[in-house]
Amino acid sequence: MADNILEVQNLTKHFEVSNSVFSRNKKIVKAVDGISFDIKAGETLGLVGQSGCGKTTTARSLCLLDPKTSGIVNFYNPTTKSMESIDSISEDGMRIFRRNMQMIFQDPYESLNPRWTIKDIIKEPLDIHNIGSFSEREEAVVEILRTVGLTPPENYLTRYPHEISGGQRQRVSIARALVMKPKFVVCDEPTSMLDVSIRISIMDLMINLAKNLDVSYLYITHDLAVARYMCDRIAVMYNGKIVELANTEELLKNPIHPYTKRLISSIPVPDPTYKREVYELTQNDLDNVYNLSDNKEDLFDTGNNHYVATHKIEGLL
Amino acid sequence: MSEYALEVKNLSMHYDTLDGNVDAVKNISFNVKSGESFGLVGESGCGKTSVAMTLLQLQPENSVITDGSIKVDGKELIGLSENELRKIRWDSISIVFQGAMNAWNPVIKIGEQIREAMREHNPESSKKDNIDKINELFRMVGLDESISERFPHELSGGMKQRAVIALALSCDPKIIIADEPTTALDVVIQDQILNELKKVQELLGLSLIYISHDIAVIAEMTDKIAVMYAGSIVEIGPTKSVFESPKHSYTRALLDSTPSIHGEKKKLSSLDGEPPSLINEINGCSFSPRCPSPTSGCRDQTVEMGLVQVGEDHFADKCCSECV
Repeated sequence: MADNILEVQNLTKHFEVSNSVFSRNKKIVKAVDGISFDIKAGETLGLVGQSGCGKTTTARSLCLLDPKTSGIVNFYNPTTKSMESIDSISEDGMRIFRRNMQMIFQDPYESLNPRWTIKDIIKEPLDIHNIGSFSEREEAVVEILRTVGLTPPENYLTRYPHEISGGQRQRVSIARALVMKPKFVVCDEPTSMLDVSIRISIMDLMINLAKNLDVSYLYITHDLAVARYMCDRIAVMYNGKIVELANTEELLKNPIHPYTKRLISSIPVPDPTYKREVYELTQNDLDNVYNLSDNKEDLFDTGNNHYVATHKIEGLL
Repeated sequence: MSEYALEVKNLSMHYDTLDGNVDAVKNISFNVKSGESFGLVGESGCGKTSVAMTLLQLQPENSVITDGSIKVDGKELIGLSENELRKIRWDSISIVFQGAMNAWNPVIKIGEQIREAMREHNPESSKKDNIDKINELFRMVGLDESISERFPHELSGGMKQRAVIALALSCDPKIIIADEPTTALDVVIQDQILNELKKVQELLGLSLIYISHDIAVIAEMTDKIAVMYAGSIVEIGPTKSVFESPKHSYTRALLDSTPSIHGEKKKLSSLDGEPPSLINEINGCSFSPRCPSPTSGCRDQTVEMGLVQVGEDHFADKCCSECV
C-alpha cells in the first residue's frame, strides 16, 4: 500500500473582514471551508479552480504560513515513521515537518530576494536548519543547481536574480525548495507566469524530480490542461470547498459535478477543427448531484475513487 | 474601397536605446480582410505588442519606423499628423489592452469615460444618444446598464474587461486590436469574454486582430494567423492549414509545447534556450540556435530570411520550409 504523506481533514480557514477599522459588525469570509484530502508518497495532487476559490489559502495554511482556523492536518514523520498531527507535534517534530514541507511560489520575480546571490538564496534553508558542514552546504548548492538544469553551476552561484531570466529564476525557486530534500512540496501556479515554450521544460523538470527524489506535490493551478500534464489526481475547488476529486483522466473524461463540467468546457483547445461546446449549468443537473447522497458533509464516493460533493452551492447558476 | 481593411507592408521599427537599436519589428507584411479575424502569436518579447502599438501609431517616443506602410481602408497612416491620427484612432481602428485594471481612470465613472471618447470623436451627438448607445453596447458585451454609474474599483476583472471592449466599440471602428485581452483573467471568465468578442465581431462585421501567446485561444478565435519570432513573421497562413501542417520549426515547437485536455494525453516537448536579443544584428536564420533539427545550412550566417509560399495562402520562412 502506498502510504500517505499528508492527510487533511476538514481544514478551514476563515478571515474576519470589516468595512472600516472601527466597524463592529465583522463579517467572516470562509476562504477554505472544510476540505479533506490526502496525498500519497510520490503522488502529485492537482488543486484546480477559479481565482478566489481558496486554492492559495489552502496552500498557505498547509505550510503554516497562515494558521488554520480548524481541522486536522497529519503528516508523515520520517524519523518516527508514523503519521503525526501538526497540532500536537513536539518542537523537534515541527522542525522535521518544516524541513519536509517546502513551497514554490507563483511569481519568480517577487519570491527571490533581489539583494542576495543565487548561492545565498539556495543555501539559506540549509543554514537555518543547520544541515551539514559549511563545505557540505556549498556542495549541496552546486549539486542542486545541476539537478534543476542550471549548468554549469559556477556560472550561477554569484549571480543575482535580476541577471537571469524568468525560467531560470523559477528553476532557482525549485532548487531552493528541493535542496532540503523535502518529501512534500506545495507548488502555487509555478508556471503561470512563464512563457509557453519555457513552461513545459519546468513542468518536465518537476515531474522528473518527483520521480527521482520521491517527492509529492500539491500542484495548484487554474489551468486544467496544465493539471492534466502534471497531476495523478485532481481536486476541483469552488468557494472554499472541494466539489470533485478523482484520478486525472477519469475526472476529465467523466466529470460528474456540473461545475467541473463547466470548468472543463471552458478550456480552449489548440485545434482549430475541434468545435468546443460550452456546457451550461442547469438546475436539473445540480439537483441530480445534490440528490446523490443525503450526507451533505462528506464527498460522495461514486466508485472508482471518484468523489463528488453533494452540498448545495450558491451562485453557480 | 480596397479589398483589405488593413494592409501592412514591409513594416520595420526599432527602439532607440542607450545600448543600441532594438529591432522590434522587422519587415512585416500582412493583410486583414474586413470581417476577418487575424491572430498574432509568439512568446513574450517577440514584438507582438510593438506591432499593435505601431498599427495605432501609439509607439513610444524612442521608436523609429524605418520603412513600410500601414493602410487602413486604403488610407496611409504613417506620416500623418497627430490631429489626423486622432480621427482614425477609435473611429476606424481601436484597441483592447491587456490589463483591464490599468486601462481605466480610477476616479471617473465608467460611463463618463466612454462618453468622453464619444464626445471627442462625435461632438454632434447628444448626451442622451451617447447614453443609449453605451447601454446598447453594454447589452452586447453582457453587462448591466447600471455599470455606467460605477467606478472601476467597484467592478470585477471580467466586468472591467467587458467594459473595455464596450469602450473600444464606442465609435464604431472597423478594426479592433485585442492585445492579450484575457491573460489576466481566469479560465471561466476568459471563455465568456472570448465568446462576447466573437459574437460582437460577427454582429458588427468587424475585423479582429487578436494578439496572444496562448495558441489554444488563437486556434479558436482566428481565421488566419501569423507566428512571430524575434521581430519577424516566420509563418503566416489560414489557421487551419498552419495547425494541420506547420512548416516552420518554431510553429511546430509552439504546437508541441501546448497541453490540451482534448484527445489522448501526449508527451509534450519543450523548446530550450531563449529568444535572441534584438539589439544585436542577427545574421542568418534567427531561430537556428534553438531549432530542434537544424541542418548545416541553417547555422550558416549568410542564409537569408524571407517568406516563401508553402501552400494555399500559406507562407513560411525560407530556411525552415526548405528543411521539411
